[in-house]
Amino acid sequence: MRMKGNGSMSPVPLLEIRNLHVRLEDEPSVEILKGIDLKIMPGEVHSIMGPNGSGKSTLAQVLAGKEDYEIVEGQILFKGQDLSDLGPDERANSGIFLAFQYPVEIPGVSAMQFLKAAVNAKRAFEGQGELDAGALLRHFRAKALQINVPFEMLKRNVNEGFSGGEKKRFEIFQMAVLDSVLGILDESDSGLDIDALRIVSEGVNSMRDGTRSFLLITHYQRLLNYIVPDRVHVLIGGRIVKSGGKDLALELEEHGYAPFGVNESAVASA
Amino acid sequence: MTSVMDQPVGILTHEPAPAPAWVQAFRTRARDGLSGLPTVRDEAWRFTNIAPLVGTNFVTESASQRQVTPGDVAELRVPELDAAVLVFVDGQYNPGLSDTRNLGAGVVCTTMEAAFERHAQLVQAHLGAASAEHDDPFTRLNDAMLSAGVFLYVPDGVATARPIEILSIATRTAEPVAAHPRNLIVVGKGAGATVLEHYVALDHGVVYLNNAVTELIAGDGSRVEHYLLERESEQAFNISTLAIRQGAEAVVHSHTVLLGGAIVRNNVVPVLAGERGHCLINGLYVGHGDQHLDNAMRVRHAAAQCESRQYYKGIMNDRSRGVFTGRIIVDKGAQKTDAIQTNRNMLLSDEARVNARPQLEIFADDVRCTHGATTGRVDDEAVFYFMSRGLSEPVARAMLVYAFAAEGFDRMELVPVRRLLAQEMIDKLPMARGLSIEV
Ligand SMILES: Nc1ncnc2c1ncn2[C@@H]1O[C@H](COP(=O)(O)OP(=O)(O)OP(=O)(O)O)[C@@H](O)[C@H]1O
Ligand SMILES: [Mg+2]
Repeated sequence: MRMKGNGSMSPVPLLEIRNLHVRLEDEPSVEILKGIDLKIMPGEVHSIMGPNGSGKSTLAQVLAGKEDYEIVEGQILFKGQDLSDLGPDERANSGIFLAFQYPVEIPGVSAMQFLKAAVNAKRAFEGQGELDAGALLRHFRAKALQINVPFEMLKRNVNEGFSGGEKKRFEIFQMAVLDSVLGILDESDSGLDIDALRIVSEGVNSMRDGTRSFLLITHYQRLLNYIVPDRVHVLIGGRIVKSGGKDLALELEEHGYAPFGVNESAVASA
Repeated sequence: MTSVMDQPVGILTHEPAPAPAWVQAFRTRARDGLSGLPTVRDEAWRFTNIAPLVGTNFVTESASQRQVTPGDVAELRVPELDAAVLVFVDGQYNPGLSDTRNLGAGVVCTTMEAAFERHAQLVQAHLGAASAEHDDPFTRLNDAMLSAGVFLYVPDGVATARPIEILSIATRTAEPVAAHPRNLIVVGKGAGATVLEHYVALDHGVVYLNNAVTELIAGDGSRVEHYLLERESEQAFNISTLAIRQGAEAVVHSHTVLLGGAIVRNNVVPVLAGERGHCLINGLYVGHGDQHLDNAMRVRHAAAQCESRQYYKGIMNDRSRGVFTGRIIVDKGAQKTDAIQTNRNMLLSDEARVNARPQLEIFADDVRCTHGATTGRVDDEAVFYFMSRGLSEPVARAMLVYAFAAEGFDRMELVPVRRLLAQEMIDKLPMARGLSIEV
């Protein structure tokens, strides 16, 4: 993928969302996202918080290229390039990673086999040859150490029988293995015990290198003590109703979403 | 004879090769009991219309257009498997291509014809002991045509030193050939054997019929693993029956993979005749095009405290059709029977279909029998998950289809068989040819 040469000296955002309107492909009357604007520069960490059903996972899945949703208006630019023609696999290979809120269990495919295929798919996309088994193993071992997940996890089937916390950790590990530049973490902190939250956060922080960016979707301000965001956005009813610095999360923690004047039923029917 | 028999008479008019009087008598008895080939009006054949088979004029022998070479055999047999091999070409035994050496002390592995002469007592003692249980016209037809096939005898306490592969190769012949392979496997008390029936074709457009019956007599405490690898021409008909009679504490594993054939019927008919026996019936059928793959299980628990496990999976694409009938019969005295049956199917197209029907006949009161059948599609959420990690849609789908089948392969002890069949299954999926998988 090429960066758009735009001549100007201002750096290109890693991700730029312009006036994004999204509805369900099967139920066009339901508009879930109603004009999202968001700009994430390389190296930045942004957080999205919002009540249940406000559209956070929908935004994450749309960014990853899920087909159930239709973009009715607006644009998503990744490294300056419009993503609309790229499938989920091409987006992943370009550097977008979605850590799922609910990672899918896949009996019959070992985590090792899955990740080998994924790494080699990315290499093929970049015009490189396959990594041999030895090199892959070394790569996996190094990333397992970095993210602090047991290497044995790789011998099990993808997510099968993983505890909630193990699934979340395995997602972060996958991002490290794939060396993605944009991590969209959909509630990667939900269901984690205190130690696991710290471990996952350290894993994420270990990937922060000034160019890699993160979009953290969370319900809990606590995560943001560990991974300090540059910006916090409040998503309600499919719109970003407020953006601010990391202190905004503390405000939300204290007062909830009531000050924004939107209750659950309003979210559902808006 | 009824009118249904008009066509199959073609198959029957050729007298099988001359044989001792007791063999002739066995054939005649079967022929007299055969009233016609089944139609969809027969409950056991309700979903399988054999009209195309009945409408074909078969002969028992026909000149082949191609000599099968040792190179062909090397290519067609299971690769990297150190097995004895008995090669049949268009139904006829080919000793020059076969190798039955080094099977172990006292093991007899020879053709049926040779066994009629040299092991008459053993054959007579067991022939029909298991197949009589299978009340089916094709099995009677096989009885009536009894001649070619393999006789394996493993004495008490002996395990065969290597697996035995019965490789049936079909070539392009002047006229369609009907073969009726008949194998008799007698495994003594505490003995062990691994046998593969492997059906392949040199030419994928050839029409022929293999109507095979394998009888497996598994002695008390024996361990037997049987594989049916059905990779026929996609114009061919294959009717295979595995009739098992197993003794006390015998452990029998039956693995079936159906890949080829136009119309295929796979019968597995075990009788658990001694206490504490265990029977695993593991199968996979993978159809595409217009293939019709019918599986009929009939597991009879005739003794107490036995376990049976039926795990069958179907993967159907295009307009193919799968059938699974799983019958469990628990005799009155078979208390503490533990029988499980599952049939799961994955449809890869809108036109593919599967008919699944469990049938339980339980006459004992202290039993545990469970059964379940499901039919579904590749999970879209899983496809998206895989694609979100960079895998293309065809690869994602192929990996998920493979994953669906994987547990069936994992139950097979012979790794070379798993490899061969898993790769062949993957290659059959239209979008994933060339995907390499690890087994
Ligand atoms: N595929 C879908 N089919 C039907 N409804 C959907 C679908 N995807 C999203 N929705 C609806 O859109 C709304 C937003 O859902 P979304 O999952 O994005 O919420 P969320 O902000 O992630 O909530 P939570 O905090 O509970 O995870 C909800 O009302 C949800 O039911
Ligand atoms: Mg969500």
